[in-house]
Amino acid sequence: MSEAILELKNVTKRFGSVTAVDHVDFTLNKGEIMAILGENGSGKTSLMNIVDGIYFPDEGKVYVNGKEAVIASPLDAFKYHIGMVHQHFKLVDTFSAIDNILLGEKSSFSFKESFKKYKDEYSNSKSGFRRVLAALLFGLKTVSLPFAFLGNALHLNPLRKNRGASIEKIAATYGFEINLNKKIKDMSVSERQTVEIIKALYKGADVLILDEPTAVLTPQEIRRLFKVLKEMKAGGKSIVIITHKLNEVEEISDRVAVMAKGKHIATVITKECDQMKLTEMMVGKKIELNIKRSEVKEPKLRLKVEDLDYVDHKGRHRLKHINFDLYGGEILGVAGIAGSGQKELLESIAGIRKRAVGSCLFYDDGNIVELMHKNPNIIRDMGVHLSFVPEDRLGMGLVGSLDLVDNVMLRSYSKGKGGLLQRKKPERLTEQIIKDFDVKTTSSHQQIGKLSGGNVQKILVGREIASSPRVLMTAYPVRGLDINTSYLIYNILDEQKTKGVGVMLVGEDLDVLLALCDRIIVMNSGHVAGIVDARTTTKEEIGLLMTKSEETPTMTEAEAK
Amino acid sequence: MSIIAFIQQAIRFATIFLFGSTGESITERSGHLNLGVPGIMCVGSAGAALGAKLYLTLVDSCGFPMNGFFGVLFPVLFCLICGALAGLMFCFFTATLKANQNVVGLSMTTFGIGLYVVIFQILGESGYTRLGGYFTKVFFDSVSASNWFELLFLSYGPLVYLAIIVSIIAGLIIRKTKLGLTLRSVGENPSAADATGINVQKYRYVATIIGSAIAALGGCFLFMDYMAGQPLYNIDTYGWMAVALVIFVGWNPDLGVLGSFLFAAAYILPDSIKIDSKNPLIEIVRLLPYFLTIIILIISSVSKTKLSNGPKALGVTYFREDR
Repeated sequence: MSEAILELKNVTKRFGSVTAVDHVDFTLNKGEIMAILGENGSGKTSLMNIVDGIYFPDEGKVYVNGKEAVIASPLDAFKYHIGMVHQHFKLVDTFSAIDNILLGEKSSFSFKESFKKYKDEYSNSKSGFRRVLAALLFGLKTVSLPFAFLGNALHLNPLRKNRGASIEKIAATYGFEINLNKKIKDMSVSERQTVEIIKALYKGADVLILDEPTAVLTPQEIRRLFKVLKEMKAGGKSIVIITHKLNEVEEISDRVAVMAKGKHIATVITKECDQMKLTEMMVGKKIELNIKRSEVKEPKLRLKVEDLDYVDHKGRHRLKHINFDLYGGEILGVAGIAGSGQKELLESIAGIRKRAVGSCLFYDDGNIVELMHKNPNIIRDMGVHLSFVPEDRLGMGLVGSLDLVDNVMLRSYSKGKGGLLQRKKPERLTEQIIKDFDVKTTSSHQQIGKLSGGNVQKILVGREIASSPRVLMTAYPVRGLDINTSYLIYNILDEQKTKGVGVMLVGEDLDVLLALCDRIIVMNSGHVAGIVDARTTTKEEIGLLMTKSEETPTMTEAEAK
Repeated sequence: MSIIAFIQQAIRFATIFLFGSTGESITERSGHLNLGVPGIMCVGSAGAALGAKLYLTLVDSCGFPMNGFFGVLFPVLFCLICGALAGLMFCFFTATLKANQNVVGLSMTTFGIGLYVVIFQILGESGYTRLGGYFTKVFFDSVSASNWFELLFLSYGPLVYLAIIVSIIAGLIIRKTKLGLTLRSVGENPSAADATGINVQKYRYVATIIGSAIAALGGCFLFMDYMAGQPLYNIDTYGWMAVALVIFVGWNPDLGVLGSFLFAAAYILPDSIKIDSKNPLIEIVRLLPYFLTIIILIISSVSKTKLSNGPKALGVTYFREDR
């Protein structure tokens, strides 16, 4: 049990001036599930990429089964029976699952062995006529050896119809239910992950590394995945699972290695540790892990979306007859598998998606404004206080090469009189945001692209809140942020809610959505699968709504409070 | 000009495009966008000239036998070597030094045209016609114009048949074999290919070098067969048409046989219909192939069919440790 199958000693990897992995020791025992826990950017993935041969370490040594191993490429990793399932799957979209799994398979051919095989066949043959026949065959085969060699060198092996048989056998052993002839681009995220796992197993992996495997799965899919992992463990495989979710660590792992800022903090046995202690190791200090949720007071209708439909430029139906209301003083969560239309929904309301049709009424203390078919500029000029924090901060929200002040004034510069920019007011606002949110920057004239993700997000949220919105829409506001900033953002959203702002929050972590939101819209391939009360519902219920087949949309509008 | 003769001429002319597009299809399937094809065709022409001059010198001064086999072999071999070297240069800059593929490709075109002019200045522009005869015919010295079968199928030089065979084989390899599957995966998603242990650099190098060598044959054909040994100074024009053809045939070299015929037919149409050369209308007819190219590009980018789906990683330089 305690036999080490994989060992890293004093491993370091630098990217320019950044040290991603800083003198890390790591040991994986045979037949155990080990979790690597750490915040974003703590070097978990870089460490495992070293094991998989994607990165080559600058210092340190890797041992496999007690022997020193040089893993310079993924091919070497396979030789040492190490397989990795990357967070961004490494699959060719236009190929079928089988082709993806078979890709890169080496066919070995050697003159000597083939000749020996033919010779054995001949010497084992019976006497008489059969022997003459065998001799003839032997001669023919020997003569054709060069051609066989050429064919093999060219891989001139027509793609056979039954080439998936051996793969299906592996899939059946571990109870994967998947159609291997489907093309990757037609598969769901969970199916793609399954293909990646089967691929690693097919190539004979004894050590399986999974990078954030649960980030994109529904609760049901996570349970199924964990069951499979436990079966593999029982079958003698060693598994490393990279994650930043504490409850998953507790559920699945035997031991857990905690990393922070590229350094290895500690490796502990999961059972002997609790969530508080793990967080403390991960963040470096004690923090409160409670999300504040205020009660909803005097809900006022802010946004009424009716029959919103969106077909993108490639003809894909992204939003299908969306109906919902948003009230001031509540946080309305939006849940769903990635790519179910969450992003399109927010962008349609914000006026970025011009092809969206339907009705979207904005209620502003007596005024009712139709938001559809207007671009963001017109919406703003009409005096609609609508704020949007997009998921792609530096792509859609901010300009990376401009400084903080310029970014803050992006929303308001057109209001200035005359042709010259008026920087005084935005400068004051920037200083205010830096002070209020504790943004770590050298000055307000620092290039924003040089700040860390958390500080960038603080500036963006600060700017949007400063315009005192009636409706605040955010998409994945904590993606890639450290725990401290994440909780700061949660608190800001809750604070806005108590001020009577209607908050819409697209999230991926169901635990957070359940703890922070009042109601949750569950999206499923473009339509609203249901709207549930976050205080009474369960993760499982939301998970079911997320994956339920498209044919039976249920519009269970929960009563607005 | 009769319709049979027109088709015959079109097939002959199509060979220039066919070599170019087959080579470029193979290259692009590996994810390398080589915009140097026009230049590589020039280099191919220059290589053929080198080979021809060397062979003729050997014949004249060393008493080397003068026959069709060697007469064709020397120019073709030198053309292939020069094309492969050009491809190797492209790979060295883009795959090893990680330079931008568009920039390198375009400078290869400029370089190729320049090199072409320099080599012909050194070697002289005449004398190649002595070998031209070996290129234009393989079956009969004189094909009767009345026999349509002979005219359509047996009246070409060896390179025409070679072009068709190479395209069909390349198409089959790309679609039907493991080698093709691997090549496609490198062009679609190099990091996925790398993760399965495929040597992305190796595949890109080999595909680009082979592709460039084949594309160079287009220049050799144009110079030795179509012009029968008369140097031509606008070879790069045909190179660009070949690049457009790649998109038109959806990166399938075997479909290129049909596509190149269509392009060639449009290209030689103005010379085949009897309009007075002073009539301004002829200029509009001359626009036809370019117009066709634009229409094809628009259709293929708008349509949702398989046709428009090029390799996903086309033009993207792969670097494993990229973050």
